[in-house]
Amino acid sequence: MVTVKDYQSPVTPTWCPGCGNFGIHQAVKTALAELGLEPHQVMLVSGIGQSSKLPDYTHANGFMTLHGRAIPCATGVKLVRPDLKVIVHSGDGDGYAEGMGHMVHAARRNIGIVHIAHNNQIYGLTKGQYSPTSAQGTRSSTSPEGSIDRPVNPLLIALAAGATFVARAFSKNSRELADIIKAAVQHRGYALIDVLQPCVTFNRVNTYEWYGERVYPVSQEPGYDPSDLNWAMRAAQIWGDRIPVGIFYQTEDVPAYEEQVPALKAGPVGLRPIRPLPADKAQALKAAYM
Amino acid sequence: MKNDMTFVLGGEAGQGVESTGAGFALALARAGLRVFAVPDYRSRIRGGHNFFQIRAGDYEFFSHNEQVHLAMALTREAVDFHVRQLVPGGAIVYDTGLKVDKSAWPDGVQDFAMPVADLVQGAGGSKLMMNTAMVGIAAGLTGLDLRFVEGVIEDNFGRKRGDSVAETNLKVARAAHDYARAHFAERFPFKLEAVDAPKRLLIGGNPAMSLGALAGGIQFMAGYPMTPGSPILEMISAKAAEFGVVTKHAEDEIAAICMAIGAGRAGARAATATSGGGFSLMVEALGLAGMTEVPVVIFEVQRPGPSTGLPTRTEQSDLMFVLHASQGEFPRIVLAPGTIEEAFRDGWRAFNLAEKYQCPVIVLSDHFLATSLQTVPPETLDFDGVVIDRGAMLTPEQLDAMEGEYKRFAFTDSGISPWAPPGHPKGVYRSASDEHDEYGSIEEDATNRRRMMEKRMRKLETARADILPPKLYGPERAAITFVSWGSGYYPVREAMRVLAQQGVSSNFLHITDIWPFPAQAVAEALRGAKRIVSVESNYTGQMAGLIRRETGIHIEEQILRYDGRPISPEHILRGLEGV
Repeated sequence: MVTVKDYQSPVTPTWCPGCGNFGIHQAVKTALAELGLEPHQVMLVSGIGQSSKLPDYTHANGFMTLHGRAIPCATGVKLVRPDLKVIVHSGDGDGYAEGMGHMVHAARRNIGIVHIAHNNQIYGLTKGQYSPTSAQGTRSSTSPEGSIDRPVNPLLIALAAGATFVARAFSKNSRELADIIKAAVQHRGYALIDVLQPCVTFNRVNTYEWYGERVYPVSQEPGYDPSDLNWAMRAAQIWGDRIPVGIFYQTEDVPAYEEQVPALKAGPVGLRPIRPLPADKAQALKAAYM
Repeated sequence: MKNDMTFVLGGEAGQGVESTGAGFALALARAGLRVFAVPDYRSRIRGGHNFFQIRAGDYEFFSHNEQVHLAMALTREAVDFHVRQLVPGGAIVYDTGLKVDKSAWPDGVQDFAMPVADLVQGAGGSKLMMNTAMVGIAAGLTGLDLRFVEGVIEDNFGRKRGDSVAETNLKVARAAHDYARAHFAERFPFKLEAVDAPKRLLIGGNPAMSLGALAGGIQFMAGYPMTPGSPILEMISAKAAEFGVVTKHAEDEIAAICMAIGAGRAGARAATATSGGGFSLMVEALGLAGMTEVPVVIFEVQRPGPSTGLPTRTEQSDLMFVLHASQGEFPRIVLAPGTIEEAFRDGWRAFNLAEKYQCPVIVLSDHFLATSLQTVPPETLDFDGVVIDRGAMLTPEQLDAMEGEYKRFAFTDSGISPWAPPGHPKGVYRSASDEHDEYGSIEEDATNRRRMMEKRMRKLETARADILPPKLYGPERAAITFVSWGSGYYPVREAMRVLAQQGVSSNFLHITDIWPFPAQAVAEALRGAKRIVSVESNYTGQMAGLIRRETGIHIEEQILRYDGRPISPEHILRGLEGV
């Protein structure tokens, strides 16, 4: 039986005590163990940022790539090894600033990766600049008079782009997050989980208390129907004194990208043995030029 | 004169100049002639002036040249442009309906205005079949048996578009052929005759490289359209289902190379194809592959820069860029094939080198090599010579027997650490674009950093064993020693042939494997050379500069070209006189 311990890495996390990343980390390991997945069946792909150190602290295939580029790297993994469960860890700067374009395309092509966005509304690794999800007016080292940009709404963007699984969670509620991750890993296609995660060092506004007062299950919203895109798009716009969390939208009716690639019908191409071409194939290739 | 001539077909974009030209080149190749054909087109879909130039002969030659014998012009602009290229006795064919100004025509040029449009109409063809008529006329004037033209029309139209289109095109070609033969052939001194020769392929660098990649077992390719690199993704995509390759037209070049690197990290033979502008976007990820020791192949088909530059033209100006692209220092291998044989070979060899040395391999081509069509013996695409070498890839049995935690980045004398594709319980590891320890965990310790840098860079020294030395063509000693790289091969070889006819001896050092630089072999080959002349398609003489940096040899005499047009043998000969 697979346990959380199987995902234990010898490396000690360097996150600040109380960091929201701990809750996410625990939830990921719990979800994978409860699904009976073994570390070699999983590939964690991250960008750059505090969130993106998670693969270093986890015993599983891990690839810590470039700021903003985890999604295309993960897409490449999935396209040659669809048998692997591929999970992306990005931050809000990483995933929603430099990586936003890739997110939109991953959503529309419904590639089978789980995208866990560690959203703390601030840049942690570079020490406290405002991020794409920072509230307008956020004072930071790069916005000393208050930020002018309005924050992005990642859920709404993902839904508009055609994402087939869109959820939001609060890192403190690790059990609920683990359940959402389990659903996302089993989902067919791209899944976004936007995780609200307090930064105890640089974000003095969006604290545990701040979130604690606001979050509530999205299922309590009247008419909750995660199969209804229009309902989900309305729910995704609720933000302020009350912040819904949970699965906003999910459909299994759209085939994943990798299910539709002709070359993958015969199995993962990354496992195909590589041999010189037989003479008749070589001859056929040449014949087109004669 | 027989079996030694150059055709040019000129017209607007949208008039089928390139496809018709390529079809005629194939007809000539099937007639047993040697062919070297160069497309010249502008970056637009309609209008402008495009042309397709075909040199054909029954003797060994190496490139196109500047002597045109028969010009077929579909527009007045094409008449004005090509009439200037004609040799004395050469002819220009155009429709009698075009109003042309002949006041500036060179002496000795023959005016072969014909009722081309009427011939097309009379045969039941549409205006779009003017190009077919021109090919029929070319056969009629030169005496080439029309069945070679007919065979290509049948292949091109019969299979694709249904018999009626093929039949009409055949009628058009025949009518035009018969008319030209009856009224003009007698006055046209340049003739062609089919020769009994072994069958040859008619192919360009892009397809040769793509076939090489297929032969090398490519499993994944991602790219983003950019001339002249995109045909590689298109060709691999066309064969993807049959050969078990996943191809992905990505959202941009950053995504394309990251997908390829992800696929490489997952143990697949992965590549991307682009041109200099796209490669500019890929640069950060190049360093990711270097740092995480992921095998990845980048086909970079150069065009003139900077920025958008001349999108449909040629240059070799990305050499220094690809050698140094990305921050920091890491091993990379750069190959620059010059011939069809080398393009095919490097197409598969790049994957072996990438996996053996676990680093990015850049195959540097250019528009001239990529798009010129030439006849080569079928064995030039040496499928039998393909070797698959996946380097220090751990087998499941080796992983089963492994004790302790897997050190993916183990310090070794060669710098090469055994690598495991994902999926084996004992082959689990993490890798990071941060500096890391032998297990792959992020590590900033100074000693570890030094040792890890040295381990990675040692791979470059180890890789020298696989670097092919430059090839010397011509006699050991000669009055002139040319040095060039990549597609410079063709005009240099052709210039050498012309010089030999003039009694001037020359030889040629052609550098194909560029990094790690074969400094010793280059220095030895150039030692004692009487007069060294470097030939390349850029402004700053990048290869000459690299040779100076790596060997101390300063080549003063440089023949450069940076107007976007391929170097011609005449350009080299003029350059020699100018010095």
